[in-house]
Amino acid sequence: MPGMPRLRRGVRLTFDKTRDTHVLLFPEGVLVPNPTAAAVLELCDGTTTIREIASRLGARFTGVRAADVATVLERLAERRVVEWT
Amino acid sequence: MDVTVEPPLGMLAELTHRCPLHCPYCSNPVELAAKRDELTTEQWLAVLDAARDLGVLQVHMSGGEPLLRPDLPELVGRASDLGCYVNLVTSGLGLTAARLARLVDRGLAHVQLSVQGADAERADRIAGAKAHARKIEAAEVVRAAGLPLSVNVVLHRANHDQVGALIELAERMGADRLELANTQYYGWALRNRTALMPTPEQLAAAEPIVRAATERLRGRMEIVYVVADYYEDVPKPCMYGWGARQLTVAPNGDVLPCPAASVITTLPVENVTRRPLAEIWYESRSFNAFRGESWMREPCRSCDLRSVDHGGCRCQAFMLTGDAAATDPVCALSPDRGVVDGILATEAAAVAAAEVPPFVMRKPTVAR
Repeated sequence: MPGMPRLRRGVRLTFDKTRDTHVLLFPEGVLVPNPTAAAVLELCDGTTTIREIASRLGARFTGVRAADVATVLERLAERRVVEWT
Repeated sequence: MDVTVEPPLGMLAELTHRCPLHCPYCSNPVELAAKRDELTTEQWLAVLDAARDLGVLQVHMSGGEPLLRPDLPELVGRASDLGCYVNLVTSGLGLTAARLARLVDRGLAHVQLSVQGADAERADRIAGAKAHARKIEAAEVVRAAGLPLSVNVVLHRANHDQVGALIELAERMGADRLELANTQYYGWALRNRTALMPTPEQLAAAEPIVRAATERLRGRMEIVYVVADYYEDVPKPCMYGWGARQLTVAPNGDVLPCPAASVITTLPVENVTRRPLAEIWYESRSFNAFRGESWMREPCRSCDLRSVDHGGCRCQAFMLTGDAAATDPVCALSPDRGVVDGILATEAAAVAAAEVPPFVMRKPTVAR
């Protein structure tokens, strides 16, 4: 992996009480991440590696693999939500 | 009602119609709201509270020029504190480093900056003001503050030849996103239609330039190109569906399903000072008029594309046919397509005869 993931400039993750879900906000749109993606995104601070993210998620959920976290992040990078430090 | 009405995602907050520019393509209504009719700070704060309660997640602070409202930092702060993504849509005039710093401090997330041309001579002529150099400074200020920047250009006959230079300018400005939008003929723009309408040759010349730049800049600067819909044969999707995702609050508190909707004079106009925002969104006649598909008639009613383009633009249908429930006459299947073809033929004849009228610059015509 190229580095540690973080939200791209201008992207914000927030919890929407109206819809009872996490939402990703960016200049021209709104995305609703699924619960897995939201849990990963909450840990994308630009200083945490994928391995660390997987291990911290593993403390909350069972069966979390670093490879799965990487796949989720690649998809989010393609959608210009996440970038690498 | 044949649809489930979802909460709105976005609100265009038109804080004022006052503007330092005089662009002939202005899509705001011919009759603008006067300063004395603008909502007060307290009223806007209440609108923002109601909008977030209703589900709004994106607030576009727009106008006119929103920087002309001294209470802008307070309004940005409230929208941001409520959890909304706050976007400033500005001419850039008045956007100093100090003013931007206050807005960023209050939670501003993104700036959308308008540009009228690729060089000062052309741009200032279109804007009707000495504005271009100040916009370049404003872009620097936004970049220095670390905010994402979108550059918005309205394309028309008087700047279409600059499309390549406009892309390069946006790159130099450090834009993350460039919107190149061919003029939509609403409000003031409609009276300049002949002078604004690009020629087919201009559109054909721009296409490969935009396509190549989009490819070259992929991953660095996103380019969004909005087509000249009179030349298309399928209509643009109306707001992704009337009353589906967005609402507009005009400077005087009028609440509209789209920024141009006041042109549909057969619909009642709701106002946030007289009726709660949620009630307007869910229950008003104007917001329910064209939701779903039951209002459609042929050729829309049985068309495979009806859930894609929603029958096109309701405002354009009203302006060109007098019937807001008609198929958008841009559609090749519309019985009124001849109206659009007639307009194109008239504009082409004016060009051929070198009888294109000069721009009628935007003037602050205020409702009495």
